[in-house]
Amino acid sequence: MSKGQVKYILKKVLSLLITLYIVITINFFLFRIMPGNAVRLMFLDPRVSKENIDLMMKKFGLDKPLWMQYLIYIRETVSGNLGISFWKNEPVINIIMSRLPQTIILLTIAIIVSTSLGIILGAYSAWRKGSLTDSVILGLSLITYSIPSFWNGILLLLVFSFWLNLFPLGGTGSIGISHASLMEQILDFAWHSTLPLITLILYYLGGYVMIMRNSMLDVLSEDYIVAAYAKGLSDKRILWRHAVRNALLPVTTVTALNFGWMIAGVIEVEVVFSWPGVGRLVYDAIIQRDYPLLQGAFLIIAISVIIANFISDIIYGFLDPRIRKG
Amino acid sequence: MSLSNDRISLLKYYLSIFKRSKQGVIGLFIIIVFMLLAISAPLLTPYDPLKLGSPDELLTPPSLTHILGTDDLGRDIFAQLIYGSRVSLLVGFSAAFISITLGSIIGLIAGYVGGLVDELLMRMTDIVMVLPALPLMIVLSALLGRSLVNIIIVISIVGWPYSARVIRSQVLSIKERPFIEAARCIGAGRFRIIFREIFPNVIPLMIAEGVLYIASAIYSEAVLSFLGLGDPMNISWGMMLNFAFSSGVIAYAWWWVLPPGLSIGFIILGFALLGNAINEILNPRSRLF
Repeated sequence: MSKGQVKYILKKVLSLLITLYIVITINFFLFRIMPGNAVRLMFLDPRVSKENIDLMMKKFGLDKPLWMQYLIYIRETVSGNLGISFWKNEPVINIIMSRLPQTIILLTIAIIVSTSLGIILGAYSAWRKGSLTDSVILGLSLITYSIPSFWNGILLLLVFSFWLNLFPLGGTGSIGISHASLMEQILDFAWHSTLPLITLILYYLGGYVMIMRNSMLDVLSEDYIVAAYAKGLSDKRILWRHAVRNALLPVTTVTALNFGWMIAGVIEVEVVFSWPGVGRLVYDAIIQRDYPLLQGAFLIIAISVIIANFISDIIYGFLDPRIRKG
Repeated sequence: MSLSNDRISLLKYYLSIFKRSKQGVIGLFIIIVFMLLAISAPLLTPYDPLKLGSPDELLTPPSLTHILGTDDLGRDIFAQLIYGSRVSLLVGFSAAFISITLGSIIGLIAGYVGGLVDELLMRMTDIVMVLPALPLMIVLSALLGRSLVNIIIVISIVGWPYSARVIRSQVLSIKERPFIEAARCIGAGRFRIIFREIFPNVIPLMIAEGVLYIASAIYSEAVLSFLGLGDPMNISWGMMLNFAFSSGVIAYAWWWVLPPGLSIGFIILGFALLGNAINEILNPRSRLF
C-alpha cells in the first residue's frame, strides 16, 4: 500500500468512528427526551418483570443524573448491551442477532440479482435507444418505481399464495417438518424465499436500470466509442468490452452508497411476508410498543448501514485510480 | 423592464417545451385528477370514511350502494379512497415544501457564507444523510405519536439534507458570477445578496427538486401508515392497506386491496413524470428517464 492509500484509509476510519459516536448519542437522546420516553415507559409497562427493572436500574444507572446515564449508556452500548425487551423480557441484542442472518441472506441475493439484471437491461436499453424494447424496459422501470413495494408484495401473495396456492404465505421454512436432507432444507428455504425475493428485486431493479441506461448513454457519446467503430470492431465487442465496462462505475457508486434505501425495501418485504428478519422485528417492536427493542434495532440497522457504506467507500477508493493516487 | 420581458419570454419558451413533453402533460393530468377528487370529496360520496356500517354491511363486495364495497367494519371504501387523496396530497405538498425551504435556507447560507459555518452545516447534513431514512422516520413517528402533523415533521426532518446539498453546490457556482461581484461593489449586504441576488436564481432548481420530493414524501407517508404509524383520525391509502393486511382477509376482499395501491402508484407516477419533465426543461443533462 502506498502512503496515500494509508492516509486515505486512516481518514475514513476516523470519520467512521466520529459518525458512530454521534449516532449512538442521537439514539440515546431520542429515546430519553422525546415524548415516548423509554425509561419512564419501562416502569409503567406491566410486561416487564420486577427482576428486569432492577437489573436495568443497576446496569444503566437509571437513578443517576442524565449526563452520567449518558456515559453509562455509551459504555454499555459499546460492550453490546442494548437493554431488555419489554415484549420478550430478553436481552435486545440476542433477539436482534437471531434475526440478522435472515435479513442478510435476503438482502445479498436481491442485490446480486437486481444489479446484474439492472446492468444488462439498462445497457441494452441505452444501446437500442428509442426502440420498442427500450420503451418497454423504461415503462416497466417507471411502474416498479411508482408502485409501493409492500403493495407489490401483497399482490404477489394474493395471486401466487392464496389463489394459485403455489407458494407459502410467509416465513423462512415449513414449521414442524424435519428435513430428510440438507438439499431438502435448501429447497424448502428457496420455496419460501421466492416471493419475498421477487418483490425486493423489483424494488431495486428500476433504479439500477435507470442509472445504467443514463450512464451508458453518456459513455456511448464519447470519442473512444467512435474510435472503436472506426477500428472496425463488432457491435457486440463495443457494447460489452468498451461501453458497459466504462458505464459500470456509477452503478457501483449507487450500490455502495444506498444501503439506507435498500434497508427500506427489506423492511416492507419482511413485514408482508412475515420474514423473521430485522425489518419484521422493527414492525413487531412498533406493534408491541417495545421501545428498547425499537431503539436497539434502529441502532444496529444504522450502524450496519454506516459500516457497509464505509467498506464500499474503501473498496471504491481502490477501484477508482483518481482516489488511489491521491 | 427588459429583464421582466426576458423572464416572460423564457417562461413562454419553457411552456412550449412542456407542451411537447408527453410525459409532463400526462403527469400533470394525473395530478389534477387527484386534486379534483380531493377537493370535491364531499360532493362525490355521501359516506363518512370513518363511520361504521351496520352488521349486514361488513365486507360487502362492490355494489350500487357502495361502489367499491366496504371494509370489515362496514366503512365505505370509495369514501376512504377519495378522502385518502387529501391526506396524500397534504402530506406530499407540506413535507416537500418544508424540506425544500429548510434545505434551501441551509444550502444558501452554507454556500454563500462558507468557512466554518459551511463546514458546520454540512457536517450536520452528512449526519442526517448517513442515517437510514425509513428506520429513522419509523423511530421518530413511533416516539412523537400518531398524527398528521407529526408525519409531515418526520418526513421533512429526513428530507431536507439532500436539497441543502444541491442548492449549496448551485450557490457555489452562482457566487462566482460577475453580477454578484457587481452587487457587492455597489455595497449590497450579505443578507441582500443571498436572498435578493442568489435566491431567485435557485428557484427553478427548487421547483424541479420539489416536485420529485412530493413523490417521495407521498411514498414515505404510505409506508409509515402501512406500518401502523399513520394518523387514525385521517384514513390514508397506506392505512387502508394496513387495515386490509392485518385483518387477514386480503385473499377474499380484493376490492379493499387493489384501489389504494393503484392510487398510490398513480399519484407517485404523476409527480415523477411531471418532475422529470420540469428537470428536462431546466437542466437537459440531468433527466432521470
